[in-house]
Amino acid sequence: MDTFLFLIFAAIAVGCGVIVVSQRHPIHSAISLIGVMGSLAVLYLLLGAEFIAATQVLVYAGAVMVLFLFVIMLLNAGVEPPGGKSWPVRLLGIPLLVVLLGVVSFLIRGWIPVKETVVFGSFTGGGPRDVGGALFTEYLLPFEIVSVLILVAILGAVVLGGKEID
Amino acid sequence: MNFYLLTVLKTAVVAAALLTTLAYLQWIERKVIAHIQIRMGPYRVGPHGLLQPLADVIKLLTKEDLIPAHVNKFFYMLAPFLAVSLALISIAVIPFGPEIEIGGTRTWMQLTDLNIGILFLLAISSVSVYGIALGGWASNNKYSLLGSLRSAAQMISYELPLGLALAAPLLMAGTLSLREIVYAQSGYWFGMIPKWAVFQMPAPQVIGFLIFLIAAFAETNRLPFDLPEAENELVAGFHTEYSSMKFASFFMAEYANMVTITAVATTVFLGGWMAPFPAEYGSRLVPTAVLGLAGALALYHGFHPLRPRDRRTLPVVGVVFLVLAGVFLLPAVQSWLLPLFWFLAKTGALLFLFIWVRGTLPRFRYDQLMRFGWKFLFPVAVVNLFATALLVALFG
Amino acid sequence: MAGVPLAWYLILSAILFALGIAGFLFRRNLITMFMSIELMLNAVNLSFVAFSYKFGRVDGQIFTFFVMVVAAAEAAVGLAIILAVFRTRKTLAVDEIDSLKY
Repeated sequence: MDTFLFLIFAAIAVGCGVIVVSQRHPIHSAISLIGVMGSLAVLYLLLGAEFIAATQVLVYAGAVMVLFLFVIMLLNAGVEPPGGKSWPVRLLGIPLLVVLLGVVSFLIRGWIPVKETVVFGSFTGGGPRDVGGALFTEYLLPFEIVSVLILVAILGAVVLGGKEID
Repeated sequence: MNFYLLTVLKTAVVAAALLTTLAYLQWIERKVIAHIQIRMGPYRVGPHGLLQPLADVIKLLTKEDLIPAHVNKFFYMLAPFLAVSLALISIAVIPFGPEIEIGGTRTWMQLTDLNIGILFLLAISSVSVYGIALGGWASNNKYSLLGSLRSAAQMISYELPLGLALAAPLLMAGTLSLREIVYAQSGYWFGMIPKWAVFQMPAPQVIGFLIFLIAAFAETNRLPFDLPEAENELVAGFHTEYSSMKFASFFMAEYANMVTITAVATTVFLGGWMAPFPAEYGSRLVPTAVLGLAGALALYHGFHPLRPRDRRTLPVVGVVFLVLAGVFLLPAVQSWLLPLFWFLAKTGALLFLFIWVRGTLPRFRYDQLMRFGWKFLFPVAVVNLFATALLVALFG
Repeated sequence: MAGVPLAWYLILSAILFALGIAGFLFRRNLITMFMSIELMLNAVNLSFVAFSYKFGRVDGQIFTFFVMVVAAAEAAVGLAIILAVFRTRKTLAVDEIDSLKY
């Protein structure tokens, strides 16, 4: 069951990821990116990270991607014209990517023993209580700094996106 | 019993009940609004128009399914599906009652209990923007696009006060699981006043409840916040280009969202399935009394009919109500019927409020809506959350 | 109980990260490039959560949380910048936004 679920959602994630980078229309990319995020949320659940899975859908799929969609609709961004890529990119891009992936996978397989498996339900420390506990004790300072960062980001977005003063 | 079989069974029951409720909610809405406006409402199909939902469903199913030539086909098809499935999914975590025993099988009157229940609901409601946004965009129509942009902005804006209003009772309950939230609200102050979140010490959530309700109107795109489908500005808003079953999906999604959000309000603020006063004062007899009264009233009007047809229909309705009243007296079924009654009564009262508001209030202007959401509702929700946190920290 | 090897999660994360890089390098639309960055961040989050599982500690999930917050802030500012760029240049193609070169 675990393997089955992992394979399904990993396939969805990779498929949607390919669509994100291969589609020429930004809306198609955005929707497939939501697909990637949704399937990653399921994988987080399989890894026992319940709170992070919910936050993933809430923050990424529900807030960040809505912003993206909004901007795409607002700017009426159309199909991207085929770009004039240089010939080394056309020729070597995809093969080099595959080679890089192969090397990385090989390294991971060598480093993490195969018998180390993920069994659903064996790690239960990812509930809201555990995450909140760690967040407000051990990681309190980063948390506060990040909240200031968010405030700055809001102000920046309002200044940048607001009406131009001229 | 087998866990899977039981789950499938429960899901089937809940789904059937929910879909019937959706169909009849629309009938009730038309009736109530008609009576507010001193009209009769649906009256032709069946006694008092009771079969009107069936007729509507048949009409919508058999209409031609138009796909305009200028739409983006994939997203045009995806949008209504997304909208309705996301609207129906949230009912899975709502608890309707306590653990019960039927025929030797113990089960909870809830499809599943998540320890991130509230977060799950918020996540689903934040994702459900996509159905409307994509539908409007894919229609390739300026009215649809404007409607969907409005709705996306509105839903994002009002999700903040909604979430903040929900967070305050969670501070008192100390859990995100909906079942445990209900249990945190059990008991009575002075043996009389229920310990629901709206009456809970140290921080009664009256303001929080009002914020939640107002934000709920905006989240479900209902009057007075139905800007996304304002007829006189945007034709029909995001679903202008939709017909047949796809239109019905959007329609169903709106009503399903309404049912879900009132059920959440009941669970988090109004104590879920808990009775409003203790059993010693006779809360067990309330359903029997209400149903019996309704039955007697129906019988009386059946024997003194205003219209000739009532002589045949109303006695039947009266007898059904009286039988139901009798069923509520049986101790064997009381243990699970009573919680269900209280849950449905509270949810129904809130749904009636939704319909009542639609029949009474005019629509906001769009800038008023945004100003109200960001400059009034959001600060009030933040202050409410801070005050609750302070009171819980001091006296909790 | 048969489970999924932990390495699979990390390989999936690597695949998604590589896709993100590819998108960032190949696409010439500002918004799509931005979305590729989000894809990379998501891939990194997956490996954080996987390591959180491996060590049985919640710290990896906390980092994921921080990444999400930073991504949200980044999206807000980045999209505002894109809006500002579009307002002056009327284009989203990065190759045409090159006046600093001259």
